[in-house]
Amino acid sequence: MEKLLARVSALAVAAVLAFAPSAQAQSKQLTLCWAAWDPANALVELSKDFTAKTGIGMKFEFVPWTSFADRFLNELNSKGKLCDLLIGDSQWIGGAAENGHYVKLNEFFDKNGIKMSDFMPATVLGYSEWPKGTPNYWALPAMGDAVGWTYRKDWFERPEIKAEFKKKTGHELAPPKTYDQLKEIAQFFQGRTIDGKKVYGAYIYTERGSEGITMGVTNVLYDWGFEYEDPKHPYKMRGFVNSPDAVKGLEFYKSLYDCCTAPGMTNAYMQEGLDAFKSGQVAMQMNFFAFWPGLYKDPNVGGDKIGFFANPAEKKHFTQLGGQGISVVSYSPNRDGALQYIKWFATPEVQKRWWALGGYSCHKAVLNDPGFPKSAPFAQGFLTSMGIVKDFWAEPSYAQLLLAMQKRVHDYVVAGKGTAQEALDALVSDWEKVFKDDGKM
Amino acid sequence: MSEHGLSIMEHVARATPEAVARRVRGLSDRAIQWLFISPTILLLLAINIFPLVWTIRLSFTNYRANRPNARLLEIGIANYVSVLTDPDVWAAMQSTAHFLFWTIFLQTSIGFGLAWLVDRRFRGHGFWTTVILIPMMLSPAVVGNFWTFLYQPQIGLWNYALQFLTGIPASSFSMIGSVKLAPWSIIIVDTWMWTPYVMLICLAGLRSIPDYIYEAAEVDRASKWRQFWTITLPMALPFIMLAVLFRGIENFKMFDMVNLLTNGGPGSTTELASITLKREAFEKWRTGYSSAFAIILFVTVFGLANIYVKVLNRVKNR
Repeated sequence: MEKLLARVSALAVAAVLAFAPSAQAQSKQLTLCWAAWDPANALVELSKDFTAKTGIGMKFEFVPWTSFADRFLNELNSKGKLCDLLIGDSQWIGGAAENGHYVKLNEFFDKNGIKMSDFMPATVLGYSEWPKGTPNYWALPAMGDAVGWTYRKDWFERPEIKAEFKKKTGHELAPPKTYDQLKEIAQFFQGRTIDGKKVYGAYIYTERGSEGITMGVTNVLYDWGFEYEDPKHPYKMRGFVNSPDAVKGLEFYKSLYDCCTAPGMTNAYMQEGLDAFKSGQVAMQMNFFAFWPGLYKDPNVGGDKIGFFANPAEKKHFTQLGGQGISVVSYSPNRDGALQYIKWFATPEVQKRWWALGGYSCHKAVLNDPGFPKSAPFAQGFLTSMGIVKDFWAEPSYAQLLLAMQKRVHDYVVAGKGTAQEALDALVSDWEKVFKDDGKM
Repeated sequence: MSEHGLSIMEHVARATPEAVARRVRGLSDRAIQWLFISPTILLLLAINIFPLVWTIRLSFTNYRANRPNARLLEIGIANYVSVLTDPDVWAAMQSTAHFLFWTIFLQTSIGFGLAWLVDRRFRGHGFWTTVILIPMMLSPAVVGNFWTFLYQPQIGLWNYALQFLTGIPASSFSMIGSVKLAPWSIIIVDTWMWTPYVMLICLAGLRSIPDYIYEAAEVDRASKWRQFWTITLPMALPFIMLAVLFRGIENFKMFDMVNLLTNGGPGSTTELASITLKREAFEKWRTGYSSAFAIILFVTVFGLANIYVKVLNRVKNR
């Protein structure tokens, strides 16, 4: 009996010793925080490879976009330990860097041979650097994104619709290159009956509470010549934010809203746009590229029925930057594991798989590949867009700056209060007050 | 007294273990009272009084919760001056006043009317009372969300009902998207949700009026109209005033339903004071400023409620 006991004990000890390392590795876990949207599902899939390779488990905290900023900025401000890794919005970088929420990654990049020159310059500037234009990195470009457009290719190709459009406007019906063309097409489709259903011209962002209308209107403002500040005199905004061209741009956005959107679209952002397009309600939709892989697969409006184009031009040609970088949260107790994830994520092989799964890589190994433009119907549009992106303020006071713009623009575009000139004049005053409070003016 | 002629206290005393009893026996009545109420007092201090005192303190500083490393400056009453001179704050106060006035007016009128009808005890009144009470049992978040759909110009039942009644095309107007209609859209939803609550309070008031007063009035040949004005209304008035007080306080700090329904829009048309406060505190992170704003709102509600309670007491003692 004693012998039996001794043998069983020895076996048990051997078993424990044999499984100990993997059990230890499995017990390690990282929490990655991001928004709840299509690319997040792709990241879950991708991260399984990381777990398989390192034995570190991955847990995810995904929050809907409308409460994304509230939830995670509160988490950072309260020095919470929920997130080891955070894919935070590009505009958070200034505040997160200055308030010590993110780990500075320069040293880690140098030690591990991660070069920012391997990533698209616009994404490094937008997602990683603070102060902007300096080699101080707080995130690795993770999800490239910009505002673009989808259109109902099947409607655009119908001979009777094409003929009627040509007759009415004298132009061919094709994806617009300028905003004037876009408005002309939107007016043409507005209120038209297609397949027995009333349809509308365009879907544009109008959301009031978070960042929606700002992310929409800036696409038009940039094209008309709006600038955040005098390039030679930082924070000098008068005459740039409220320049005559910027005023015209804002007037155009309102005219597009008034003439060519579906009724009730007074507080609409990403999801409402997807719903409008998927239900066959609109001919053209403004939204982020991140949604295009999902829409392309949609059984009702995807495949041959959908087309994609980059933000149209006007006097200039820009588009609003979306997307995010991935950062290590300073308060994380698993900093080493989080850095290990960044190192793994930065490799070209992982970046290629990221794109294949539906994420938008910012790595040159993916984007500069000769086959990339034809790898998906929206790939060329994405490439074009990443070359013309412009972003909102990324200052530590970005939330105040953003909310001021939300209010002024929504008051004018949706509520119809005052004039475009008054709205932008008031916006300059709001922004000047913020920067004065911050001691920057 | 309970069974065997012992009081509850005697039962408790007998059930107390000897060791504990010996220890408690050494305490005075006053000490025992303190022993029992101190956990509640501590809890109140921790979750009510301390935050209030802390908010008052923050309101005199430039503190921002998202800049923990920034230097904290004492800025006196500057935040209070900023709040009181901010045109956006006054616009929000005007929206709040409009919302308050109309919701209280409609809820009191309809609520009292419904209570008066239900008090007739007609056949099936119990069933209809339950049906009427359903809206107030719902969560404001749920109400805000489903009214968003009801108000939808293309698929919403509200617009179709109006089209049926008036002939105005359903998709030609948007209740929550129009500057003129949006303030009324939130008033309609709040009235729909909280009129039953006012009705319940009024019903309690109506049922507290003794029948013999009406019988005496009948003997005196007072008309129904006269009975209403000289008996029903004066005797139910303290209850109505109580309902107005409760709804006034609740609607002054209204946030959830309006935030979900209109998000303060279009523009800032339905941005009530509490929504402005939330934006300042948790979106713009102007903690000092928003603390001052919160104190101003608190003092306003507290002051008005106190004056109102004094009037209410006078009415009751008449």
